[in-house]
Amino acid sequence: MKGVFRDAGLSALIALGLFAPLIGLVTENGESGLVLRARPVAVAVVVSLVFLGRLLMLIRGRRIALPSKFGPGPAMVRAGKAVAPVLLIVALLLPFGGSRYYVDLATLVLTYIMLGWGLNVVVGLAGLLDLGYVAFYAVGAYSYALLATTFGLGFWSCLPLAGIMAAFWGVLLGFPVLRLRGDYLAIVTLAFGEIIRIVLINWVSLTNGPNGITGIPRPTLFGLSFSMDGGEGTFAGFFNLEPETIQRVIFLYYVILGLALITNWFTLRLRRTPLGRAWEALREDETACRSLGINVTNTKLTAFAIGAMFGGFAGAFFATRQAFISPESFTFIESATVLAIVVLGGLGSQLGVALAAIVMVGGLELLRSLLSWLADEMGSELFAGIANELPLYRMLVFGLALVVVMVLRPRGMVSTRTPTVTLTRAGTPVGGGA
Amino acid sequence: MAYALQQLINGITLGMIYGLIAVGYTMVYGIIGMINFAHGDIFMIGAFLSLIALLGLASLGITAVPIALALTLVFAAALAALYGWTVERVAYRPLRGSFRLAPLISAIGMSITLQNFVQVSQGARVKPMEALIPGGFQIMDMDDFAVRLSWMQIVIAVTTLSILAIFTWLVTQTPLGRRMRACEQDLRMASLLGIDTDLTISVTFVIGAALAAVAGLMFLLYYGAIDFFIGFVAGVKAFTAAVLGGIGSLPGAVLGGLLIGLIEVFWSAYFSVEYKDVAAFSILIIVLIFLPTGILGRAEVEKV
Repeated sequence: MKGVFRDAGLSALIALGLFAPLIGLVTENGESGLVLRARPVAVAVVVSLVFLGRLLMLIRGRRIALPSKFGPGPAMVRAGKAVAPVLLIVALLLPFGGSRYYVDLATLVLTYIMLGWGLNVVVGLAGLLDLGYVAFYAVGAYSYALLATTFGLGFWSCLPLAGIMAAFWGVLLGFPVLRLRGDYLAIVTLAFGEIIRIVLINWVSLTNGPNGITGIPRPTLFGLSFSMDGGEGTFAGFFNLEPETIQRVIFLYYVILGLALITNWFTLRLRRTPLGRAWEALREDETACRSLGINVTNTKLTAFAIGAMFGGFAGAFFATRQAFISPESFTFIESATVLAIVVLGGLGSQLGVALAAIVMVGGLELLRSLLSWLADEMGSELFAGIANELPLYRMLVFGLALVVVMVLRPRGMVSTRTPTVTLTRAGTPVGGGA
Repeated sequence: MAYALQQLINGITLGMIYGLIAVGYTMVYGIIGMINFAHGDIFMIGAFLSLIALLGLASLGITAVPIALALTLVFAAALAALYGWTVERVAYRPLRGSFRLAPLISAIGMSITLQNFVQVSQGARVKPMEALIPGGFQIMDMDDFAVRLSWMQIVIAVTTLSILAIFTWLVTQTPLGRRMRACEQDLRMASLLGIDTDLTISVTFVIGAALAAVAGLMFLLYYGAIDFFIGFVAGVKAFTAAVLGGIGSLPGAVLGGLLIGLIEVFWSAYFSVEYKDVAAFSILIIVLIFLPTGILGRAEVEKV
């Protein structure tokens, strides 16, 4: 017991060293240059939290040791099978029950789910760490925006083009670098994401630079637009309805739901093809794959291109939903968010990614709106302050989550993905479930 | 000609900063074969620690530049080393023997964490600082262009070179350095021969972080403004430097840093400032394709 306290005390001492200058002394822009402001209370709080946390970890740590280091047990898997259809039904019925706020939020969550599923092909199935996924999202968004505003093409004819463009860029980047080791790929994709963003900012004649592209057309339903005049050839006019914005919002929601479901279906099908099997084998052991005669570069390249293509689709949807895009939407933070969703959900798990996106994107936003509602109701300064600061802490939480998941459950917090085919004891291969 | 000479001076100054960061990347890669994505952010934390130390010393009334600088250097290096140690202990050590992507994902998570921690605790605004050592002297005046060498640049060069000299002595002449080199050659064999590999790896992180903090102080002095995001771009550039010099090679890291600094400065001077980061990042991609072992590196042989 004494050793436990000494260890916790040591941790607190280290925490004091780490946090005393950076939390305890804030640099603020004063009247004559920077000034320091002391925050001893904040340091005391953080250090005692570290002390208590370490104490709890040492006392209870061994008893709550996770039963399996590689994901949940069979009970979780069975529960997962029941969750998926429920989620689908809720998703289909949501626009009939929810207000505009919820439909908008669900659209945002679905965009992240789609991005997560796209990145899942690259990271989860093929085991290639792509830190610049947002670049393909940007390529898709700008492809649609430029094609639509320059040539007047519609959303549905541009959607495949945006996907093809993104896949093309994926191949272009992937071809040279996929021969390298996994670690190098990570940093090259990181650099590539930044290159794309810098080019988008500075190539003003094409992309209008930091000001972005405005007036991107909305999608149509079999040629029916969702404009507000309600005349011939609009959705409201055709069905003799009162034109309302909510109709377009709901339509956009179903578009992204459809796109996301196609992504999911496509991935699930691909996983059963020789190519999909090769991806999973590649993730587990690259050297063994090469020895078995799998063309490693081509296999990686297809994963990269398909992942990029889904990113491109999501990008085109993002552009048409916002009707405005600028390079600001395509920073490294977006890549990191999508990666956090994939890692938390469980590398390779489709359901896990969806759940992670719902919790990480939807949950945080709901928490924020709940807090600001409470602040309004009770006139509480504290809740208002927390609600305002919540977005700031979002990335901090994501970053910590990445570390914690890797340390505690490297194959994902919510769900797991074991190889589709495994060898049983008798030596006969058995196909796994979804 | 005079213009080019000025760029050469600026490029070498910048290159020394990159070189100091690159040493940390290359040491960690050499010993455990992973890219420490959080290293750029340790550099950023080093810069912030330096800023806080300088402001704190000024408010205590210690304004004599040499004393203030020396104290700041020690303070920032020591605390950044503590950060380096903690990062390794918390985010990397539990993952040895985990699956292939785990340390990489953990490292990128740590990088995001450190960046946002500083953003939350210190604010997102750029922190400007007055020049600590103003002035300089004129080397030559040609075609109405005066080539200047500032005192600051001299301080940066002298500090960097002496730190690197101490570091080289540490790695090549001391028992600690011998242990580090042994671990780099073969981690398992080293542990069989009784070397405390965990400790050696920790020391590697500590030294790398301390060097990054020195680079952070130099960056703060040279540019006079920092924010929480500087670690990202500087980190990628320093990594490029490490790859260009040959990852795993310590002289290579310094050489690569100097080259990247020169390329960046000359690119900005003669082509376009806007695309200077694109130039540096493109070099990373080009080097990895055509010269994956770098200038002074050895080819990697993978045994199964």
